[in-house]
Amino acid sequence: MSNALNQDAENGPVMAADGTPLKRSLARALRRQKGRALLLIAPLLIFVLVTFIVPIGSMLFRSVENDIVANTLPDTVQRLASWDATSGELPAEGVYEAMYYDLFVAAEAKRHTRLGSRLNYEESGISSLFRQSGRKIDDLAKDATKALESAVPAFKDGETWYALMNAGNDEANSGLLSAMRGRIGRLNDSSASGDMDFAPSALMADILPLTTRSYTEWAVYEATEEGRDPATRDPWELVPLALLQELKTADLSGLTGTRAELLTQAQAVNFDIPPYSEVLADIDPEWGTILPWETIQTHSSKYTAGYFLNAVDAQKTPEGYAWQPEDKQILLKLFGRTLIMSMIITCSCILLGYPVAWLLANLPTAKANLLMILVLLPFWTSLLVRTSAWKVMLQQQGVINDVLVWLGLVDDANRLIMINNQFGTIVAMTHILLPFMILPMYSVMQTVPPSYLRAAKSLGATNWTAFWRVYFPQSIPGIGAGSILVFILSIGYYITPEIVGGTKGVFISNRIAYHISSSLNWGLAAALGSILLAVVLLLYWCYDRIVGIDNVKLG
Amino acid sequence: MGLPPYATTPQRIWYYSFRVICALIFIFLITPIIVVMPLSFNAENFFTFTPEMLRLDPDGYSLKHYQDFFTNNEWQRSLKNSLIIAPFATLISVSLGTLAAIGLSQSHVPFKGTIMAILISPMIVPLIISATGMFFFYSTLGNWLETTLGLDKNFVGYVKVILAHSVLGIPFVIITVTATLVGFDRSLTRAAANMGANPVTTFFRVQMPLILPGVISGGLFAFITSFDEVVVVLFVGSAGQKTLPWQMFTGLREQISPTILAVATLLVGISIILLTVVELLRRRSERLRGIVES
Repeated sequence: MSNALNQDAENGPVMAADGTPLKRSLARALRRQKGRALLLIAPLLIFVLVTFIVPIGSMLFRSVENDIVANTLPDTVQRLASWDATSGELPAEGVYEAMYYDLFVAAEAKRHTRLGSRLNYEESGISSLFRQSGRKIDDLAKDATKALESAVPAFKDGETWYALMNAGNDEANSGLLSAMRGRIGRLNDSSASGDMDFAPSALMADILPLTTRSYTEWAVYEATEEGRDPATRDPWELVPLALLQELKTADLSGLTGTRAELLTQAQAVNFDIPPYSEVLADIDPEWGTILPWETIQTHSSKYTAGYFLNAVDAQKTPEGYAWQPEDKQILLKLFGRTLIMSMIITCSCILLGYPVAWLLANLPTAKANLLMILVLLPFWTSLLVRTSAWKVMLQQQGVINDVLVWLGLVDDANRLIMINNQFGTIVAMTHILLPFMILPMYSVMQTVPPSYLRAAKSLGATNWTAFWRVYFPQSIPGIGAGSILVFILSIGYYITPEIVGGTKGVFISNRIAYHISSSLNWGLAAALGSILLAVVLLLYWCYDRIVGIDNVKLG
Repeated sequence: MGLPPYATTPQRIWYYSFRVICALIFIFLITPIIVVMPLSFNAENFFTFTPEMLRLDPDGYSLKHYQDFFTNNEWQRSLKNSLIIAPFATLISVSLGTLAAIGLSQSHVPFKGTIMAILISPMIVPLIISATGMFFFYSTLGNWLETTLGLDKNFVGYVKVILAHSVLGIPFVIITVTATLVGFDRSLTRAAANMGANPVTTFFRVQMPLILPGVISGGLFAFITSFDEVVVVLFVGSAGQKTLPWQMFTGLREQISPTILAVATLLVGISIILLTVVELLRRRSERLRGIVES
């Protein structure tokens, strides 16, 4: 066709009926056809992308995400960055102060336990430190509030505070407000974007930065998270503490009116604030050691390989990477067990499936169809039916043991234990996956002409040689397809191992489910899931290369 | 295949022992399904054959587990839930899946391989991974539907599970319908268009009747996938959407009751019906497309 077009090029381009060049007309038709095809596919593609691919992607992303430390203790993490853990010295006083303020806010928002359990994955026992500290952190602040309120009773009133801190007609520090919105939002995993009338006064933020910041934090929390108006409510006890601390050195000369009056009165309050390092060490002596600081610093980055390291029984330590303690190394073993048991299941499926597929492929059609029902019926039967059937059969008081006892093969007193162990999982899963092996084998074997075997035999081959040298090599694609299919399916199995596997016969999937629903260590679950998915996709890619997804046959 | 008259003794032995081996494998395949049937008529709450049952004593048999299934509220509610969720999920997967399969079978589809891989992926990705991914996605979506749109909590629960299940059914529809479309004669639609039919009429009057067997069997696969699914519904659904498999799963894990065997027997009955329908459809499809039964 292109030849014809070229030849005609000398006489000008060939025209379509409507007068446009044929080439362009064809291209347009092709484009329209492509567009129509895509239009038909689009609804489903978008549906699958939005409700399946993206959710899985974002779930797997949790395996590297680690913003909880920086979100809960933003100031501490920032100040701790310059601290050298190997120096053997405790962090500077400023770090302790930042920790006190951060932890107070976290405890008010009830987020400190979440941080504790996150760090506990890396350093066992640290969660109790955070729980304990969260309970006692407000002791000092309460004392400060009492001292301030008894000396200047006006501070008992939330409206006094509001009038003191709110910009009103003055200049507002909107940068501080939006920064605190961001901080509270990140702390609570929300947007913290609700409406509020409060804006911190720029003047106050200059003179009393820490107090204004703490008050703004509280006001944002109160308005956006609790949905209450900060104008009439008492702030956290943290604010009076910050005020008393700052008034010791603050210069109030720039203030006038009520503000100056109130703050001068407050400046006269005599309240001793011990160094924050002592305050924290009083709450829990562990704050006086290097360990918690080291742990926080090591795991403070926004992204972490920590979950993946945990997934392979390693961990991130201040000195670099190391193996988990012996008694916590279970996941590599579990991966190994999942792989080995999947291989055993695949091999037993090959062993059991090959003779059956051969028989089905070589029997007359009518007989083969009849026997095929015996393969297809389990295939179509509910997974839970088959699993419950195996539970019934394999139990110690179950059918198989009863038969064995009745035959006298097994003593009534020592019935075989066939369930809640690896044996149970392997038997039940071999049964469940066997049809997935037989069907592809059968479809390949059907294509092997029987005359080849006859030819081999007439050339003098024995039955065995004829089978092994002629028939078997031609049936290998079927074995390959079936094996990969069975292996892919078995490696990610959850239901059957959960019911018949006990503790010894469970797979990595069961561990993922445990971390999602019981231990709530979602990062680790995501890391385990990513590794499992990578293995499955690799196998799927092989399957696609060998068999092609278009050739998957059902039923 | 038959044994020739000149076969030697070892050949005879091998011939018969091979048959015996195959028979044993068939027994292995079918026994678990057969065993649950008589056990479901057990008069006792045991999971094994009682001496009365073995003596074929009528007193050893009873319908009480079936009675329990049909009168127990929890079982009935889970059956009802399954019968609500599966058809809707099937409807979504079949309608979207058939359209996409027709699109995919056109001759010039850009990125065909990638699109196919994405659409098949729900079948390949291990269920536990799909379930956890969907868990996070649908809890956010559910919250949004409940708070922003003010929808009923129970209704939102059903929507979540139905959407999740329809994604799982899609690969089956795609595979069966594209397989039917492989043998589809394009000149038929061109002929219809030639005679003045618009694309919609062509689709419903010419193409649809021919690919219908594939669509129905894809739909049956999607239905059974949803009807039999437990991992995703465990994660995405709440107690109000407890389906039959979920109820069986908790039953097997916690208080194992013989009612499960009665349910299992009923489900085997359903699968026999489905198997027959799919087989009949396959034959009809081959006949329609002019593929001669070998």
